[in-house]
Amino acid sequence: MSNKLNLAVVLKKYTMVIALVLVFFFFYMSTGGKILYAQNINNLISQNAYVFVLAAGMLLCILTGGNIDLACGSVVCFVGGIGAVMMDKNINEWVAVLVMLIGGALVGAWQGFWIAYIKVPPFIATLAGMYAFRGLSNVVLQGFTVGIRNTNFLNVFGGGADCYIPDFLGGGAINMTCLVAGIVIAIVFVLSVVRNRISAKNKGYEVGPLYADIIRMVIISAVVIWVFYKLANYKGIPTSLIWIAVVLLIYAYITTKTTMGRYLYAVGGNEKATKLSGIDPRKVYFFAYINMGLMSGLAGILTIARATQAQPTFGQSYEMDAIAACFIGGASAYGGEGGIFGVVIGAVLMGVINQGMSIMGMEANYQKVVKGIVLLVAIIFDVMSNKKKK
Amino acid sequence: MAKVLLEMKNITKTFPGVKALDNVNLKVEEGEIHALVGENGAGKSTLMNVLSGVYPFGTYEGDIIYDGEVCQFQTIKDSEKKGIVIIHQELALVPQMTIGENMFLGNERGKKNAINWNETYSEADKYLKMVGLSESSRVLIKDIGTGKQQLVEIAKALAKQAKLLILDEPTSSLNETDSKALLDLMLEFKKQGMTMIIITHKLNEVVYVADKITVVRDGSTIETMDKHTTEIDEARIIKGMVGREITDRFPKRHDVVIGDVNLEVKDWTVHHPLYTERKVVDNVSMNVKKGEVVGIYGLMGAGRTELSMSIFGRSYGSDITGTLTINGKQVDLKNPREAIDAKLAYVTEDRKGNGLVLSNSIKVNTSLANMSGVSSKSVIDVDKEYQVAVEYKDKLKTKTPTVEQNVGNLSGGNQQKVLLAKWMFTDPDVLILDEPTRGIDVGAKYEIYCIINDLVSAGKSVIMISSELPEVIGMSDRIYIMNEGKFVGEMKAEDATQENIMACILKSGRGE
Repeated sequence: MSNKLNLAVVLKKYTMVIALVLVFFFFYMSTGGKILYAQNINNLISQNAYVFVLAAGMLLCILTGGNIDLACGSVVCFVGGIGAVMMDKNINEWVAVLVMLIGGALVGAWQGFWIAYIKVPPFIATLAGMYAFRGLSNVVLQGFTVGIRNTNFLNVFGGGADCYIPDFLGGGAINMTCLVAGIVIAIVFVLSVVRNRISAKNKGYEVGPLYADIIRMVIISAVVIWVFYKLANYKGIPTSLIWIAVVLLIYAYITTKTTMGRYLYAVGGNEKATKLSGIDPRKVYFFAYINMGLMSGLAGILTIARATQAQPTFGQSYEMDAIAACFIGGASAYGGEGGIFGVVIGAVLMGVINQGMSIMGMEANYQKVVKGIVLLVAIIFDVMSNKKKK
Repeated sequence: MAKVLLEMKNITKTFPGVKALDNVNLKVEEGEIHALVGENGAGKSTLMNVLSGVYPFGTYEGDIIYDGEVCQFQTIKDSEKKGIVIIHQELALVPQMTIGENMFLGNERGKKNAINWNETYSEADKYLKMVGLSESSRVLIKDIGTGKQQLVEIAKALAKQAKLLILDEPTSSLNETDSKALLDLMLEFKKQGMTMIIITHKLNEVVYVADKITVVRDGSTIETMDKHTTEIDEARIIKGMVGREITDRFPKRHDVVIGDVNLEVKDWTVHHPLYTERKVVDNVSMNVKKGEVVGIYGLMGAGRTELSMSIFGRSYGSDITGTLTINGKQVDLKNPREAIDAKLAYVTEDRKGNGLVLSNSIKVNTSLANMSGVSSKSVIDVDKEYQVAVEYKDKLKTKTPTVEQNVGNLSGGNQQKVLLAKWMFTDPDVLILDEPTRGIDVGAKYEIYCIINDLVSAGKSVIMISSELPEVIGMSDRIYIMNEGKFVGEMKAEDATQENIMACILKSGRGE
């Protein structure tokens, strides 16, 4: 009886993970296994770097009450344009990077101010930004494509063809550095789970069943090692993966371990109660949007680095990909619920569907239809499960 | 003997776990004004919701006989077709629309896909005249005052060809002049043969307009008095309203020493946040001492919540004047954070709306108002937070398997305990408890009372707001009585009886 109930809970908690596995399996069958080629796994990560980064920022906005940022795609282009032009004029690449990040944060502050303090609905404030910054991107780039030749910049942020961590260990056909990194990450993960479990037990807290932890450790370690093995068979660790990992780790920490993270959930869950608890919701909104701007800046850097140029059309519909990743990953459209783990799953799911359909040779227009349906289904699931709770 | 227009026979309505109405009988004759009186939660509104079809036929037991036939209303539309129209306490008007548009909303004049605006406005004007409003029906609702809005509601009901008009607390948001005008209008309608049921807390109004008075208490009809056969005595109505037995429902406090004044409010006046000319709290002065429980009694809408929220860092109202002194020092609290830092806590009456984040765990809710107590440099100490939550769970005997449980899944009583835990963790000197036992069962109430006793034993001050007379009398050392924004009486608990508290309110209601 109780086992059965547990199964239902597990199924509900990991619905999207299961969906992801099923989608992988589907494309594995229909592409004749091509989706699991090392190169495709590699592309899945580096092509979607911007989704992970933007979705992490978007999650914070969505947590505060289902608020979104429609402008981030335009901001990616705007900030990227500034950086490209600066480097084109031979300004130091680190100055350019700093300007891009600060520029993104300032744009976020601009939007956050209207949203938090003047109470402009986020949808409208960021729609305005979407138009305005798209226009400004064109102004900055004067309508042209600006190439990037700064090799330092390209190497650090994963640009062009040479965008991998070099193989220090010299493994020949197989990239040893990559493989070792995968194994080290798996070991660190297992050790941290074990340590948490022991310390929780020592302090007398309740701990989940041992087998659940073991299953979790085995599955996650296996996936990590497998992915790195695949990457090792190609060209090694894509530089963009480092940036994705850094961003995701920082945001996982912010959302679970800091007071500001807690306030994001509280404001989204019940703004009035949060206000009466002595927390100023305006500061929370402001923080979320500044942060979104900062992430737009970083995504702008990664985007122009990957393309080794900046174009006035870059970043179009990026905001939609980020929003979709959050919602598919289980963030509540009403706010207060969601997490970084879900964002990762949502972003990977979107990426796999994109890539799978491309390999199958499906027409781009139909790909959009499928993505739309996936998003709708995910939201329907969220709404239905909320209804049942009541 | 006039014809009986409406008879409700043996009506019983149960909600999961609660019997809201128990075998209620009500008889209303044609052309009379019938008043329903009773305490909050006695079941008056539930009864009217059964009558108007809000709770459809089949969800209750008993019969409704209207105009000689048994009725089985499925929706509000069904009852309106018969001429039963209810005007709810909260006005159901769209502020951005004109009077005329509001009046025929859902009942539009003209053809199905072509509204006839000329007919709409000319008919609307006709009905406005009937309720004595000289405004044009093309004026927007938001541009007229609440008193006139209430009249528009009545005009709207008339436009639905009402034969039986039910008014739920029609004067609760009106000032004295507007209330008087409304009551006179009711008497005017009566002359024209309209039948009306009025639900109200204001007994002076009852005496003024009603022909018959039915007292509802704890989901049952206690008695019906007829003004024409018996002298209606206010004291008698009160006795009917509150006449339940008081047993030992309140734990005794022992050896609590009442010390110096902890919090003092002087000449406190608060205006409505939107209608800034309206005084919601009017020149109130009060104090509470260390180790003392001070009760504030008043009926719904008396301004008790508004008073306490305005004290708690100006969380309510505009143009707040007066002085607030805590521990001998005059303070100016501009927001909830400053109030919390000044060792003040406000435990809201609206647990779900203003109190708890239902989608979060007990642990998260417990620490929310005092995050600095479980974090350093804005990084949360997860262990400490867990320990705090467990400590309060044990102390307040919150029934839950784990503190990781979402608050939304708890019962009302346990939610109330989590809310108390949250505010006790801010280590306040003065706690304002707003309706701390609303909507929770008797057992949990007793436990909340014990927590209150523990708090004052520890030298804290408690201000307890309640609309339950026995609770106020049973728990307080001293009682303030509030009515229509003013304090109209103060008495020691040993001098207080239910009758003389109600009498205080009555006297003030008559403007003496």
